[in-house]
Amino acid sequence: MTAVLEISGLKTHFFTHAGVVKAVDGVDFTVSKGEVMGLVGESGSGKSITGFSILGLIDQPGRIVEGSIKFNGSEIANVSEEELKKLRGNRISMIFQDPMMTLNPVLRVDTQMIEAIRAHENVSKQTAWERSRDALGLVGIPSPEERLQAYPHQLSGGMRQRVAIATAFLNKPDLIIADEPTTALDVTIQAQIIHEAQKLTKQTGTAMIWITHDLAVVAGLADRISVMYAGRIVEQGGIDDVIDRPLHPYTVGRLGSVPTANRRGQRLFQIEGMTPNMLALPEGCAFGPRCQARKAACNAQPPIEDVEGRRLRCFNPQRVAEVTS
Amino acid sequence: MTEPIVEIRGVSKRFTKRLDVAGKIAQKLGASVREETVHAVDNVSLNIQKGEVLGLVGESGCGKSTLGRVVAGIHAASDGQMFYKGKDVRGLRGADRRAATLAIQMIFQDPFASLNPRMRVEDIIGEAPRMHGIVSAAEAPDYVDDVMRKVGLDPSLKRRYAHQFSGGQRQRIGIARALAVKPKFLVCDEAIAALDVSIQSQVINLFMDLREELGLTYLFISHDLSVVEHIADRVAIMYLGRIVEMASAEEIFSDPRHPYTKALLAEAPRLDQRRRQFEPIVGEIPSPLDPPPGCTFHPRCPAATADCRKIVPNLKAGRAGRETACLLEHVKTV
Amino acid sequence: MTDATTDSAMTAAPLAKVETPFQRFRAEFFESKIATVALGIFLIIVLLAILAPWITPQNPYDLAQVTIMDGRLPPGSEAFDGYTMWLGSDGAGRDLYSAILYGLRISLTVGLASGVIALLFGMAVGLIAAYAGGRIEVLIMRIVDLQLSFPASLVALMMVAALGKGVDKIILALVIAQWAYYARTVRATALVERGKEYVEAAQCLGISQSRIVFRHILPNCMAPLIVVGTVQTASAISLEATLSFLGVGLPQTEPSIGVLIANGFEYLLSGRYWISVFPGAALLLTVVSINLVGDHLRDVLNPRLKK
Repeated sequence: MTAVLEISGLKTHFFTHAGVVKAVDGVDFTVSKGEVMGLVGESGSGKSITGFSILGLIDQPGRIVEGSIKFNGSEIANVSEEELKKLRGNRISMIFQDPMMTLNPVLRVDTQMIEAIRAHENVSKQTAWERSRDALGLVGIPSPEERLQAYPHQLSGGMRQRVAIATAFLNKPDLIIADEPTTALDVTIQAQIIHEAQKLTKQTGTAMIWITHDLAVVAGLADRISVMYAGRIVEQGGIDDVIDRPLHPYTVGRLGSVPTANRRGQRLFQIEGMTPNMLALPEGCAFGPRCQARKAACNAQPPIEDVEGRRLRCFNPQRVAEVTS
Repeated sequence: MTEPIVEIRGVSKRFTKRLDVAGKIAQKLGASVREETVHAVDNVSLNIQKGEVLGLVGESGCGKSTLGRVVAGIHAASDGQMFYKGKDVRGLRGADRRAATLAIQMIFQDPFASLNPRMRVEDIIGEAPRMHGIVSAAEAPDYVDDVMRKVGLDPSLKRRYAHQFSGGQRQRIGIARALAVKPKFLVCDEAIAALDVSIQSQVINLFMDLREELGLTYLFISHDLSVVEHIADRVAIMYLGRIVEMASAEEIFSDPRHPYTKALLAEAPRLDQRRRQFEPIVGEIPSPLDPPPGCTFHPRCPAATADCRKIVPNLKAGRAGRETACLLEHVKTV
Repeated sequence: MTDATTDSAMTAAPLAKVETPFQRFRAEFFESKIATVALGIFLIIVLLAILAPWITPQNPYDLAQVTIMDGRLPPGSEAFDGYTMWLGSDGAGRDLYSAILYGLRISLTVGLASGVIALLFGMAVGLIAAYAGGRIEVLIMRIVDLQLSFPASLVALMMVAALGKGVDKIILALVIAQWAYYARTVRATALVERGKEYVEAAQCLGISQSRIVFRHILPNCMAPLIVVGTVQTASAISLEATLSFLGVGLPQTEPSIGVLIANGFEYLLSGRYWISVFPGAALLLTVVSINLVGDHLRDVLNPRLKK
């Protein structure tokens, strides 16, 4: 399968007053055509920053310090702004958590969508309008001609996110990066959005990176998954391998603490400790302070290796039964 | 049946945005301004037994947070009555009233906005007990230490300010603040939704431990079905201000009866379903400013009939004693 | 039973000591060099003004020390009594350096006093409006709107015309011209704070209304008040200067900066620039430094409560 995106050794650091925050510190993954890659982690894991780095959306005081991002074979890390502009919204699109970040509140929907098309292609306004209308229909928006004339504030949250998705698909990109697109939405609306995104990727063969903290969403949607913790990927592989047979204590802990994995009414398995302080990470494995399987070796930074059909960054992998009992 | 610790009967809560003088003039001159009323909670009746956990589930706009605030005494109900230990709270005065106020406490969703940024933790926790004479000023420091330990916080940190703690710790401070007035009943309004996932299980466990240790009763409001399934004894499902189904946790999750409950359960993502085909119900959640007539769910319901548009279904026991607010369920006999 | 949960929460945030909001604010404020320098300049100006009687060669209000023979001397000239007039002298023979420092005393006193009184009064009114709601709030806010629809200088002029000359009357006029800004700011902030969950929590805990207002809401309203306060103080100082310049402020015998500028106006075209320009520069320096401090305060005091 052709690789649409190949990231290797990506490091994005933020040079703040309080110190250097290594938000992304050595991330590798590949996304193939038509594939959905789930990027899972909590706050501070670096998942969103990875997404922003791909499109070069990192502002001061941060920058990509190292690593390669190959899109369709060509290197795009740290290329010029001109080159990036040609890609954004065109070959690589992004869907944000807050649809108001994508949608300009003072412009009508049709203005914004037409603008998105004509920024990259020389077509008439009429053609662009028709494509916009068709795109809205594809994401399941009823009466698209009316909706085109609306302003974002006249639409509900779910509707706005659909417009954002339609806009992302407008120029038939090769890759879509979706950053927590359903986190702020209700369950029934979330299901609709995931349904639309899934449908479109199947129809168009677009590759997708779905960034979220919700393992259940990723389980239902993704083909492959990368679990991130404190700026690094700790486990990566096919969705069934990782979810059904997790090996990294963090993944095991996350899966074990889900209520459905515990007996009703019993105390949940819990991961001890607090989310890592990115300004004061420990010397060795970042998950060490919270890990039940910690050994002396964990004082060194574990490298990522192939273990049982996946990539794993751990000196002492665990089976679920060992940890949650 | 023993008397419930908290009971609400026919409670409604409406928020009306009144027109000011300018608006009234505009209206007289023919402008299309009108008083907008949000029917946040519409004729809800519930009783909660001592020691029980009642889960309240719904999506945005369903009114669960408003109902929680009415129970906690933050909002006064527009209609209906609320009883604490059998007595109507509106009729209480003096010491009885204060006892009822302190007995029902609330844990809030946002660990950042729910703590006063200018107060030290020892004051956040200790202010109310001192004010109400639960402890004297001399006893207060030790009392605050005890409460902090109970929720898993290090008492040596009590001179700090809220911003120096993580989200999970701040939520524990909020819980300590509530526990400090020795409540009997806690309303947890999406108390874990804003926390990092790996911290959520810690706080859920804390709630469960406190329930056992202190004999607390909970109204647990959440949109997260899996958490509610785990912790609740009974569950009430809300949609646009009304309760549409109420049953024990096992019954609701294994055999949902109301079409909305069925949709909610079917659409919630589950870990054991891979590359699933999401088949969502259509339509948007209507605005509480303009709820649909009859059954509020009918525009999205796959089984809606003509009657559903006209008649408001009440929460009634149907087959096997299962309570639903669905006309179709009410007529079924098997 | 809660041991596991206890352990996990025991390790606190990495800050080793208690950091009060004030300490954090102070650290952030001094990050800006411009604001720090501006604050320094303002404090020096205040210090000079306070020490004026001891560091000036002449008391320009003491008519016995002022002689017309010293009049209109350019900067650097020697006065009748033998000292050097570094900034020159004005038409009546007052050493400008002395006159500016004494004038600053008056300008700063009037500006700060009217600012503080307007703040207290406006804050009280704003809090009442926010908490009372209903008709009282509507009434108060319409009065505020009415007041704010007039330019401050116009209101001040009208008040001075009605009240007459004198330091206390000027202060009163400036208070009347300014209180509405504070009232509006406090009401807006108090409304926002009132909707926050920590206030709901306090209600749930049975804490009295008055305690909620003064102990919970008010301290959290101080931030925007301070910002408005600094900018308004600068505005009050220049307002007083305007009034004096127009001749309706303070009397000639107690010249504030505005009077000095006015006095020198007639000499500008004849080349004796120093009589207006130096007092003008002093006023400019004062107002700009306060504004720079206020500007940075607004950035620092912005709610940073989000993660």
